[in-house]
Amino acid sequence: MLQVSLTGSLRSAAGGAEVIEIEAGTIRELMAKIVERYPAMNQHFDSGIAVAINGEIYRDNWDVEIAADSEVFLLPRIPGG
Amino acid sequence: MQHDTSYTDQKFKVVGTRPNRPDGVDKVTGRARYGADVTAPGQLVGRILRSPHAHARIKKIDTSRAEKLSGVKAVITSADLPDLTEGNRGMLDILENCMARGRALYDGHAVAAVAAIDAQTAKKALKLIKVSYEKLPHVTDVDKAMEADAPVIQDYVFTRGVEPTPKTPSNIVAVSEFGHGDVEAGFAAADVIVEKSFKTEQTHQGYIEPHACLASVNSDGSAELWVTTQGHFGFRSNCAELLGLDIAKLKVTSSEIGGGFGGKTHVWMEPVALALSRKANRPVKLVMSREEVFRATGPTSSTSVDVKIGAKKDGTITAALAVLRYQDGAFPGIWGMLGAMTSWACYDIPNVKSVGYDVLVNRPKVAAYRAPSAPMAAFGIESTMDIVAKKIRMKPIDFRIKNAAKEGTLASYGPTYGPIGIGPTLDAAKNHPHMKARLRKNQGRGMACGFWFNFGGQTCVDLNIGVDGTVTLTVGTVDVGGSRAALCLIAAEELGIPYEQVKTNIADTASLGHNDMTEGSRGTFSSGMAAIFAAREAIEVLRQRAAKMWDIPVEAVVWEEGQAKATGKGHGNLPPLSLKEIAARAPTTGGPIAGHNEVVADNAGVSFASHICDVEVDPETGATKVIRYTVIQDAGKAIHPDYVEGQFQGGAAQGIGWALNEEYIYGDDGCLQNPGFLDYRIPVCSDLPFIDTQILEIPNPNHPYGVRGVGETSIVPPLAAIGNAVSNAAGVRMDHVPMSPPRILKAIEDANG
Repeated sequence: MLQVSLTGSLRSAAGGAEVIEIEAGTIRELMAKIVERYPAMNQHFDSGIAVAINGEIYRDNWDVEIAADSEVFLLPRIPGG
Repeated sequence: MQHDTSYTDQKFKVVGTRPNRPDGVDKVTGRARYGADVTAPGQLVGRILRSPHAHARIKKIDTSRAEKLSGVKAVITSADLPDLTEGNRGMLDILENCMARGRALYDGHAVAAVAAIDAQTAKKALKLIKVSYEKLPHVTDVDKAMEADAPVIQDYVFTRGVEPTPKTPSNIVAVSEFGHGDVEAGFAAADVIVEKSFKTEQTHQGYIEPHACLASVNSDGSAELWVTTQGHFGFRSNCAELLGLDIAKLKVTSSEIGGGFGGKTHVWMEPVALALSRKANRPVKLVMSREEVFRATGPTSSTSVDVKIGAKKDGTITAALAVLRYQDGAFPGIWGMLGAMTSWACYDIPNVKSVGYDVLVNRPKVAAYRAPSAPMAAFGIESTMDIVAKKIRMKPIDFRIKNAAKEGTLASYGPTYGPIGIGPTLDAAKNHPHMKARLRKNQGRGMACGFWFNFGGQTCVDLNIGVDGTVTLTVGTVDVGGSRAALCLIAAEELGIPYEQVKTNIADTASLGHNDMTEGSRGTFSSGMAAIFAAREAIEVLRQRAAKMWDIPVEAVVWEEGQAKATGKGHGNLPPLSLKEIAARAPTTGGPIAGHNEVVADNAGVSFASHICDVEVDPETGATKVIRYTVIQDAGKAIHPDYVEGQFQGGAAQGIGWALNEEYIYGDDGCLQNPGFLDYRIPVCSDLPFIDTQILEIPNPNHPYGVRGVGETSIVPPLAAIGNAVSNAAGVRMDHVPMSPPRILKAIEDANG
């Protein structure tokens, strides 16, 4: 079971939770289950979201596998200049 | 095909050298074609009418007289840009920013546009458009916009990030909190606590080339757009959606770009140019004046920031808190959130919290500016770091080294860091001769650190080998800072051929798959990664062709130093085949030789920098002269060191202007008072010293060459480095950017009673 830490305004979309537990083997599976459980997350998915797995930030590559003991953070998608 | 992107400690022959840039001759001889440098048969001139009010209801727009003027071919308003966004509020905001829909939300907001046979006629037509406004209360200050009685700018904004969600709209778009630990317990454990508030004013990226485009929409629904942009694929997507065009039928070509720095990642007037062309059935060129660039494109946020740091006498930070209020302009953004995310990223702090507020005001929509939002947060935090260091009698550099983040540190914005470069940049700063140089009267030294995320994204390249053995690398990331040179080096390195044998071109949107914008310091990182894999794919083809030419199994052919070599029993005596020799035989060995790659280049690797700055302050006038400046930054791997240094220097130069002079000044009427380079002063050569640089190379583990982005981080520390230097020189703490002569003089006079 993954321990997924939420940051910023993502927490309010998950009822204020700082950490949620989800069974997922890839980012794609993680995203699908989060939206299924917390429909309010959809607005954040529309504006963009990123996943940090063991400190490495993924924005678009949802095929990445996540080991069960990974450190997982859900972050807002970041723009650049 | 998925490739292994891991760092491999490859030994380089051409990567790391400093050849001339391939686009250099065009640029110094005036041949380079920028946004305004193309024409089309039958082309019309476009002009935009803009609101003279900060906030107003548009009661009526009468275009009849303008339409009747001889030579006018089209007049448009928001009625010609219907809402096709199907409930996507973000896209509707973009559309509304391009052309006001019932309300003007800031001084300079577009309300109508014309296309005419020449500039004089277009200008005359604008004067014939009659707009009836009902002025509304306005607010341009970020703190005032948060007050309960402030005029509400967008009635659909109900603050996100607070529980419960408010039932009434306000200008507070979102509250974003980051951090870990228990800050109250941390402050209770501190020997020293410093609290300080800071303000920074709004600045513009100040790119030399104004926005410009040539739009041509055909009656069959196909269209072309030539435009100065940081990302023509993104512009294509936005314009197609807003205009109801098919993506495949809109070809967007990026011109050479005269600077962008984040400001050319958004569409501002390109959909208007397309709408004019569609209505006039003629090509339309639209070029912004400098005044329009200031009033109606995307400057950075003005901010108001509170910082609190608690530390032990030995220099250990026990707790840190930042509350950051950033204005987004008239449309929701995430700039305050970014300020909160970046604020404490340089440090390893057990109890840390940052709270970012995104706030609407009646100003232009804020856009990214090089490491967006990080410089303003760094100004408050790095200034306070110096105050704390002084209070506990530590050198600022030692205080920072003691608290620097490192591999394994829990970043203040969430995850745990891998290998990072803040510690090495600080060590290099401490040992740099600049840090030990003597200062004279009225001079002061300051330093500061900075952080930026960097990112990669969707990328696609083609590599084609001509029959003469020269190589065309086709990429879709706009070259804003020398990336074509870097990409030529990468292709040459992989293929084992000279740099001069490779030419990199930027393809239009019809010629290559989607590429994300050149933003987030991603151009060389991501297109470089794709170029490596495309070249390796081409090498596989070259091996196959050599095997065919020798009539031996491909397994017996290796690629070394730009040549195919036969190995194994019975093949060892075959003379090597060069790339040129294989290419010459391509027509009869299977046809064109090419490599291709598409990649989602994630894991760009975070970036850190430390800057040192010496200034001299004239105590009688408050004028500041930067007399020495040093940038030390981790590049992961510098592919072309000249352009890495150029990025370091450019960021520092822009930061110096931001710190000392640049400022949007609004009148009581909410109108911008200084939309021009005479009154909005960016630094010129005579304002700047030679900006010294030191490149550190701590490899990014997620790029084959170890590359990290380098384009943005260098603008993060200057505000604070200069703030600390000026404060040391003048003997008073500066807390308001820009530190213009009147502000410094007032601070000195206030301190002297």
